[in-house]
Amino acid sequence: MTETRTILEAIEVTRTFDVSRPWLQRTLAGEGRRVLRAVDAVSFAVTLGRTLSLVGESGCGKSTVGRLAVGLYAPSGGEIRFEGQNLSAARAQPALRRRTNMIFQDPYASLNPRWRVSDIVAEPIRAFRLLKGRDVQDRVGQLLTQVGLSPRDGEKYPHEFSGGQRQRVSIARALSSEPEFLVCDEPTSALDVSVQAQILNLMRDLQERMQITYLFISHNLAVVRHMSNLLGVMYLGRIVEYGPGESIFGNPRHPYTRLLLDAIPDIGMAGGTNSRARAPIGGEVPSPISPPSGCTFHPRCPLANARCRAEVPRHTLDGDVLAACHAVEEGRGA
Amino acid sequence: MSAIARWLDSDVAYSFRRSPVALMAALVLAIILAGAVLAPWIAPHNPLDLASLNLMDSRIPPVWDAEGQRSFPLGTDDQGRDILSGIMYGVRISLVIGVASVIFAIVAGIAVGLLAGYAGGVLDAVLMRVADIQLTFPAILIALLVDGVVTAALPQEMHERLKTQVLIFSIGISFWPQFARTVRGSTLVERGREYVMAARVIGLSSGRIMLTHILPNVLGPVFVIGTLTLGLAILSEATLSFLGVGLPPSSPSVGTLIRIGNDFLFSGEWWMTIFPGLTLVLLVLSINLLGDWLRDALNPKLR
Amino acid sequence: MNVLDVENLTVEFPTRRGVLRALDHVSFSIAPGEVLGVVGESGAGKSLTGAAIIGLLEPPGRIGGGQVLLQGHRIDDLPYEKMRRIRGKQIGAIFQDPLTTLNPLYSVGRQLIETMQTHLPLSNADARLRAVRWLEDVGIPAAKQRIDAYPHEFSGGMRQRVVIALALCAEPRLVIADEPTTALDVSIQAQVIALLRRLTQERGLSVMLITHDMGVIAEAADRIAVMYAGRVVEIGGVAEVVRHPSHPYTVGLMGSIPVLDARVERLRQIEGAMPRLNAMPPGCPFNPRCPRTFDRCRDERPELMPARQTAAACWLYA
Repeated sequence: MTETRTILEAIEVTRTFDVSRPWLQRTLAGEGRRVLRAVDAVSFAVTLGRTLSLVGESGCGKSTVGRLAVGLYAPSGGEIRFEGQNLSAARAQPALRRRTNMIFQDPYASLNPRWRVSDIVAEPIRAFRLLKGRDVQDRVGQLLTQVGLSPRDGEKYPHEFSGGQRQRVSIARALSSEPEFLVCDEPTSALDVSVQAQILNLMRDLQERMQITYLFISHNLAVVRHMSNLLGVMYLGRIVEYGPGESIFGNPRHPYTRLLLDAIPDIGMAGGTNSRARAPIGGEVPSPISPPSGCTFHPRCPLANARCRAEVPRHTLDGDVLAACHAVEEGRGA
Repeated sequence: MSAIARWLDSDVAYSFRRSPVALMAALVLAIILAGAVLAPWIAPHNPLDLASLNLMDSRIPPVWDAEGQRSFPLGTDDQGRDILSGIMYGVRISLVIGVASVIFAIVAGIAVGLLAGYAGGVLDAVLMRVADIQLTFPAILIALLVDGVVTAALPQEMHERLKTQVLIFSIGISFWPQFARTVRGSTLVERGREYVMAARVIGLSSGRIMLTHILPNVLGPVFVIGTLTLGLAILSEATLSFLGVGLPPSSPSVGTLIRIGNDFLFSGEWWMTIFPGLTLVLLVLSINLLGDWLRDALNPKLR
Repeated sequence: MNVLDVENLTVEFPTRRGVLRALDHVSFSIAPGEVLGVVGESGAGKSLTGAAIIGLLEPPGRIGGGQVLLQGHRIDDLPYEKMRRIRGKQIGAIFQDPLTTLNPLYSVGRQLIETMQTHLPLSNADARLRAVRWLEDVGIPAAKQRIDAYPHEFSGGMRQRVVIALALCAEPRLVIADEPTTALDVSIQAQVIALLRRLTQERGLSVMLITHDMGVIAEAADRIAVMYAGRVVEIGGVAEVVRHPSHPYTVGLMGSIPVLDARVERLRQIEGAMPRLNAMPPGCPFNPRCPRTFDRCRDERPELMPARQTAAACWLYA
């Protein structure tokens, strides 16, 4: 893999949602519009054949980034570029739109319950007119085999499958438009661990065989570590740490990343011996509607000082990792 | 497995076999339907054929009465028409109008509901406020109003020719909001589901997503409400005919028969109105009981 | 004497296609002060076990055999009213979603006070004082002011803390916690587990901790029971089961968990999926997926038997 072509690039992307109450109630209560800043000036780049993971707790904006990346939402600010073109321009061309697809979290909601599996998998093929007639069914059988199902499974309806099998159908559908870039939004968090292992292994096999690029979104750090080359840690709509997975897991810079790593229960801790020091993070994630001033992590941060409360930290390079933290920048981190 | 065998094995079929109420209702409905559908072949007389009427046969009581005649099992009316045959033909007309107006209400309701639920925003607000306003009036009032307006707007000979269609339109219009609201609610839920997002990611048009993805998934409740509304629609038609704004006596529905008979109720000729009335009650009751059963059978929470 | 003994517990669901056996001869016990982790994948029967013990099986589910002993006394055959008094007084329950446990119409203080007064002889003033102390104990800041707040005024993590207080305030001997952290974020999960661990240790309570999260179990439990297809397939000390599992299913389960400390190329995976209740294979229910199946596994059902450092239901150790 000598080629390092950028497939998707996000430049200072912001996305806000209007969460105000309906006009009449708002007027009667005398309150203004309320805006939720789900994604705040996020930048990243995904290169061909690699995996970028976004990790964070609920409400950090990672799923919104995923939807922005496939054009389900339009950015409120900044720009997303796909193959060097503005994303909305790229998505207007079927030939480019075909090259992106998405895998979802809930294997029960992501397949239309009234459709046969073969029609579900064939939908992108038909939508992009990639094949016709008998060839469609042959291709569907081939795709089902590729994800570890049998071509005969195409006759069945989604409810006849287990969660793991449905997620395989979901992957087959995503692959059927022959994409290069897949956005995976928590693809295994609804699955049991042994099934999760099947799906993660399958996704990595497919990546090796077909050079697929993943934008992988998860709250599970261990899964993220297993899957990714590049990692972005998100907190309240911002990427607070960004860099190669090995560097971040080996030496986390941002206090939030560190606390997150410390907080994960791990089977290595069994029996009390050999346990990593585990210090629960105090406090909870604040509401993204009225985020704290300055660095949004400061109320929970052990290193916070006056500057952190007043000033939004910029990303600074430390080795091969970008971190948005005053303490890291000033060298107070260690 | 064939489709029929699969259906017989399904949970819905099982629940049907296990429900005595549903079985009884289905039996009663089947008898009434058979009588209505086969009326031209099995009815003793043809009440629409004016030439066969004989005033000598008028006001004959049912057959078990001392003055009854075997050729008129349920007696005759003041024109000498056979009551049983009148009911059989009347149910035909009532059913056609009921079913057609419910289909009209379903089609209109689905269209409005899908559009409002999928598009959201101002369109949704406007359509749903219209539905809300209409729901504050009794359906029969709306049907009366629409019937009156349309009849007045059409030229005389045209509205006589189109009386059935006008009736279907007026009754259908009075029931669309229930369907629109239900479909809109389901559409809002389905629109947020990930399979709809998957279709949007590959760039399908909104129309195609609504028709191929959302529509099949919102039909379940529509069938249930449709069944229950059918009972109401048949009653609406009967009420309108009873009030005299429905079908003319020349093509009498069950409601018309009840109205005609009503004039003779106090002069002792009770059979003219009681038998059509009883038929109407049985028809609507069995449809409603089946609708109730269907609602429970399709509700996974009660299974 | 054990706080809880479950012996050959069998739970059945009559359906129109015959009786399905959802729990099949489940046996385990919990000693005083012990935390028993019950793990398994969805459908393995772990939540059902908890529900059967506290007498909250959803109809048409029913106990089809075996017995449940609480401190030596049978509780599985008690009438509903008696069982209701035991729940709360002797067994506390914590469920996954705090919102289903808390009544949205009453303040958290009122719910705590009512629970305590139902089971303990306390005056109104004493009960209120204790309620404040409980809220402080589970880490609710400004407990005195927040005691009259309603559940919706608390965040998810705080609500689960209130639920813990509610489960413990009548001073039960046993706490059954069913996926208590699953609905919470990672950072909150750690707080809640640490809290549960501290409170039960301080009071010498026994805990049955039901979860699918091996990390949570590894951290909080003393012993582990691994469930598969309605049976306990392995039971033993937490370190032994996690590090030296005997049953091929447990071996596969442990290997399939991605860990933070090392990035492996491939996770170990168990092929296939757990059998459905209506399609249970004869013999050992794991035999169709097991890499070490032999003839006996396909014909005979194994009971728990000593296997290296744990007990496993597997013919490899016969």
